[in-house]
Amino acid sequence: MSNPITSELLLQRLQERFGEAILQHESPYDLLTVEVTPSSAHAIVKWLKEDNELALSFLTLLGAVHYPDQTGREMAVVYHLHSLVHNVRLRLKAFLPIEDPSIATITDIYVGANWQERETFDFYGVKFVGHPNLVRILNEDSMDYHPMRKEYQLEDATREDKDDRFFGR
Amino acid sequence: MGKVEVVNGVETFNGEGFQLAMLDKVIAAARANSVWPLPFATSCCGIEYMATMGTNYDVARFGMERMSFSPRQADLLIVAGTISKKLAPILKQVYEQMAEPKWVLSVGACASSGGIFDTYSVLQGIDRVIPVDVYVPGCPPRPEQIIEGIMNVHRLVKHESLRRRYSDEYKHLLTKYNLNEDE
Amino acid sequence: MSDIEQLKKQSLFSNDTINGEIATLNLGPTHPATHGIFQNVLKVDGEKILSSEQTVGYIHRAFEKLAERRPYNQITPITDRLNYCSSPINNLGWDMTVEKLIGAGVPKRVDYMRVIIMELARIADHLVCNSVIGVDTGALTGFTYMFQQREAIYELFEEVCGARLTTNIGRIGGFERDFSPVFHEKLKKFLKDFPKHFNEFDSLLSRNRIFMDRTIGGGPISGERALDYGFTGPNLRAAGVDYDVRVMNPYASYEDFDFIIPVGTQGDTYDRFQVRQEEIRQSLAIIHQAYNNLPEGDYYSKDIPEFYLPAKEDVYTKMEALIYHFKIVMGEIPVPVGEVYHSVEGGNGELGYYLISDGGRTPYRLQFRRPCFIYYQAYPEMITGQTISDAVLTLSSLNVIAGELDA
Repeated sequence: MSNPITSELLLQRLQERFGEAILQHESPYDLLTVEVTPSSAHAIVKWLKEDNELALSFLTLLGAVHYPDQTGREMAVVYHLHSLVHNVRLRLKAFLPIEDPSIATITDIYVGANWQERETFDFYGVKFVGHPNLVRILNEDSMDYHPMRKEYQLEDATREDKDDRFFGR
Repeated sequence: MGKVEVVNGVETFNGEGFQLAMLDKVIAAARANSVWPLPFATSCCGIEYMATMGTNYDVARFGMERMSFSPRQADLLIVAGTISKKLAPILKQVYEQMAEPKWVLSVGACASSGGIFDTYSVLQGIDRVIPVDVYVPGCPPRPEQIIEGIMNVHRLVKHESLRRRYSDEYKHLLTKYNLNEDE
Repeated sequence: MSDIEQLKKQSLFSNDTINGEIATLNLGPTHPATHGIFQNVLKVDGEKILSSEQTVGYIHRAFEKLAERRPYNQITPITDRLNYCSSPINNLGWDMTVEKLIGAGVPKRVDYMRVIIMELARIADHLVCNSVIGVDTGALTGFTYMFQQREAIYELFEEVCGARLTTNIGRIGGFERDFSPVFHEKLKKFLKDFPKHFNEFDSLLSRNRIFMDRTIGGGPISGERALDYGFTGPNLRAAGVDYDVRVMNPYASYEDFDFIIPVGTQGDTYDRFQVRQEEIRQSLAIIHQAYNNLPEGDYYSKDIPEFYLPAKEDVYTKMEALIYHFKIVMGEIPVPVGEVYHSVEGGNGELGYYLISDGGRTPYRLQFRRPCFIYYQAYPEMITGQTISDAVLTLSSLNVIAGELDA
């Protein structure tokens, strides 16, 4: 057993390996969060999984966040990785512009990313390039917008069944 | 052993060697005591319906031992749980497949009105796609409440005229929901 | 080759291709065997499944969008409806996430009370799953026995929070009230009665020849593959990986308790069943430990009055409680800005909450890690080459809960 991997060591390794691609890092609530360039996200996730020492080989969660106010980097794709060997978690973020939110798929690294990417596409319209079947998963195929984006309201925009006055809206 | 009280379900006129009753009432009583339910259970309310089926509450006491999972052999559609817009056409199809006479029990807030889920994906009440006979409130309702809803359905069944399904009002109702097959 | 094997070879139920005729079978969305609204379009050759195509989202209720519109304490009722077989775990997991965000600690007693409630919920969850596996193999008896025990657990929840299924149990910072004397009485009775009934259920199925034949080898998955798919919880442990959030990242003082993580070897239906059975026993052991060592103290944290919703009688009689109640309900409490990930071991695996707060009244973003959603995508792979009846058993042993699957 090699020496235990800590968040600091993990960050150091990442910076050594992908110097320019690591844009920012912080540790809110003891969880190392690293912002990377969208083009390098795939390579980093792959390297983290395949590196025997780090062994961040479990994809906990994949999702997106929409920040309408940050021009040019409105859409954040967030990966939560977990090393079951060292019990270290890592959060990777890649910011994309809203005009073309495209990022490489990681379904070739984790099979389990398939549905999570489809869900993220469904909710936010993030295009995962190379995904084998990038279609809506939870909503109807006929839906023509991505409901989780901040500009859309929670309620159905076309509804006529409820009167706003009686529902405090 | 206590004495068992026999409830006289149908009013009859008894004479020597014969018994008279209204056919309406006999058929209604027969129907009411063997309503075959189709549980269309989708979410949380479905779990409470499972509890109702279970031993403690035992829905079989009401002539509902047989869960009919095929719509073609069911009398009562029990819709328990959220119906999303994606699921609405399926619900409608299931309803259309049921043979007349048929009744619908809407269990829980979601099925009745969309409940707390006033969102883009949830149908705001199943009565937007199919007619409903009895609504059960609650999120989810307790099994006792579900049983009360079932008893109310029984009451409806017992007092339904044999001609109701042929009446213009009923046809009008179906037309409103676009459920008329002939036209 | 003996005569019997020869017959088997020719029979309809052999695993060999019969005559190359491929049929399409639509399983669901409203199929009695699926126990929920899932659709699987199977390509079958005789009884053998060649491929399967899934459709989900029939109960999509937009939890995550809804959560962006709700103040923190009003999100607890939404979490109820995720995995509604074990709502208390979802509720308390959410409460702990918010506590982590605001940096609040809770008294030891609250931790222990939470452990008792969560383990009861786990038992209820596993009981539903395992008794339904029984039903799908044709053994309805276990279901009727175990639902009585589940009712006993529901009565306990009712005694704590007033609701049975969608419990909305607990508050941010503790519980709304202490365990009542009736709860103590009922819990003692439950702890005394349950093992007897449970063992009876166990003896009906665990070593039952028919049950074993039906479930051993059904829907197997290897450990590596399960990890690749992101399996967690009993389904992962049945495949032989001992990952349990309660041990890996202890929350609510789980480090105080002594328990075993059962693991399987084959990752098949029988292993999943057995892992859940053993987990029920371990949960019972944890409840015993927590209940016997239940510390004295407060049932809520007094350090965070600005987050803990005060008791109704205080709201009506005390000014401070009234002010806090007003502020909490109107969302005038400053919440720290930050992002936090917290996970608990739910009935089906790692139930995570990824919460981003911008300091506003509602979360900026709340994403749930729903274990069902992540592992259900492995289903086609698990049933390929199996028979249809095995596929049904695999589905029920995966314990896919529609509310959690579709969010």
